[in-house]
Amino acid sequence: MEARRPRPPARPQVRAREAGFLRDLASVAGRALRQIPREPESIVPAVIVPTFFYTVNLGSLQKVAQAQTGVDYKAFLLPLSIVFAVTGVSRASALVTDIRGGYFDRLCMSPVSRLSLLLGLMVADFALVMALTVPVLVLGFAVGVRFATGPLGVLVFVLVAASWGLVYTGFPYAIALKTGNPAAVNTSFVLFFPFAFLTDGFVPKAALTGWLSAIATYNPVTYLLGGLRSILMSGWAALPLAKALAAVAGIGVVSISLSLLALRGRINRGA
Amino acid sequence: MPPGSPLAPAVLCEGLERTFGSVHAVAGVDLRVPAGEIYGFLGPNGAGKSTLVRMLCTLLRPTAGRAVVAGHDVVSAPQQVRLRIGAALQDAALDELQTGRELLRLQGRLYGLRRSEVDQRLDEVLGLVDIGDAIDRRIGTYSGGMKRRLDLAAALVHNPEVLFLDEPTTGLDPVSRALVWQEVRRLNSELGMTIFLTTQYLEEADQLADRVGIISEGKLVAEGSPTELKRSIGDDLIVARVEGDAGAAARAVECLSGVHHVHVEEDKVSVRSRDGSETISRVAVALNKGGFRVRSLTLRTPTLDDVFLELTGAHIERPES
Repeated sequence: MEARRPRPPARPQVRAREAGFLRDLASVAGRALRQIPREPESIVPAVIVPTFFYTVNLGSLQKVAQAQTGVDYKAFLLPLSIVFAVTGVSRASALVTDIRGGYFDRLCMSPVSRLSLLLGLMVADFALVMALTVPVLVLGFAVGVRFATGPLGVLVFVLVAASWGLVYTGFPYAIALKTGNPAAVNTSFVLFFPFAFLTDGFVPKAALTGWLSAIATYNPVTYLLGGLRSILMSGWAALPLAKALAAVAGIGVVSISLSLLALRGRINRGA
Repeated sequence: MPPGSPLAPAVLCEGLERTFGSVHAVAGVDLRVPAGEIYGFLGPNGAGKSTLVRMLCTLLRPTAGRAVVAGHDVVSAPQQVRLRIGAALQDAALDELQTGRELLRLQGRLYGLRRSEVDQRLDEVLGLVDIGDAIDRRIGTYSGGMKRRLDLAAALVHNPEVLFLDEPTTGLDPVSRALVWQEVRRLNSELGMTIFLTTQYLEEADQLADRVGIISEGKLVAEGSPTELKRSIGDDLIVARVEGDAGAAARAVECLSGVHHVHVEEDKVSVRSRDGSETISRVAVALNKGGFRVRSLTLRTPTLDDVFLELTGAHIERPES
């Protein structure tokens, strides 16, 4: 063995240590938020689709729906448009890029809290989906929609809708972590259709045909829309709001559990 | 021996194994790297180098055996290991949407450094690893060489004790490769950092490593300083490229005085001799007498590839690479 150098000289004082869960969470979320405006293509559809949906459906269905059901259709349709805005927006594709490019490994070689690698992204998603409700709300206000519950109602409305958007991200994250495959992540959008369309989002439940009404009864989004509509159109009411929160929580238990299991599987892949 | 003791090895593997199904990627490796050494892990593609490094970096659990890095077991105390190691794995693992500076700052935060400490380390690291003005550009605009250097800088932000470099110059042009070598030498000589590098380039191991471990099919087949390993072959090499039947040419020279061993590969006849300068003239005469047309005849000392060939019967890299 050759010992050809004197070892070691005085080392600088900086020493690595665990940053702690909250600081890790902020670091991961901060990076994710910085990425968003640098990838506008990932959010442009989420801005355009719900506003387009709201405008077109209002234009084509408002007269018929109001004549048939007697509801204020401008307000009635707004919750479903908001659900369109907040559902399926996540950093799951960016996570797949990290996994495939090796950056996820770099993060895993650091002492970062493993949980924060997922929850940090979700924190960023929550902020993003809150922002994505704004264009639809502005459009609603522009056509004359007013909240029966006032400004506080607007805030609660946004928070409940964004909570739904947040728990839904568990599905694409679970697929991203499980497969590391961008095409598979895109398929998670398929889940969106039954959730969004098999509901009473377009017309009141009483006006649905029998089979759709039956399915809508078991669709948690029906209760989410009911809660949002009550805040918007009826005033403060505990029961619909509680049902909406329960629907969000129920889906959240499933989706977040799946994503956490997938995270554990990804991290322990070598085990 | 307590962790951090100057006598404790920076890297210790005992019977380390990793299997994937029926494939033994790492099949029982024992090695010991003292603190402050540059250890080169040399082997061809698929020999198990990257698998071993991933186990040492806590990304992959060993199937059997034990590995201790910077005084801590990679399985029972992975977090302690992570705090003490830095790694630049085979492909530069970066986020192309961030700027170089953002990536390094994030790296510092994940290792618990305060803002002032991150500032200090960025100054120090960017003094060691030259990224220039590109540090404030998005990484997506970087060249391959710049990405490798940034990856190296990211591995150093938290001031690790042990640095793992997995094929740090694969795919780089000669100028970028020389820059990385220069930086590796500085890290070791100026900071006393232990460096464990894998490579499939003979010259890289020869130039950089204090000691070299040669891995083949998941097993460590030889270990020592490059000089020791080459000396282990002992002989000079006379290499003749002939036209026609190289096997017949080999038979024409194998009985000559001073010839120890003859190896044929395509048109190349490699003759091992204790005293090459004396034997080469006899080889030239024998080939001429045998009517062989000799395209080139060279005398050289053994390389690490010759060591690998001697041990495994195969080359680490093709001669033309």
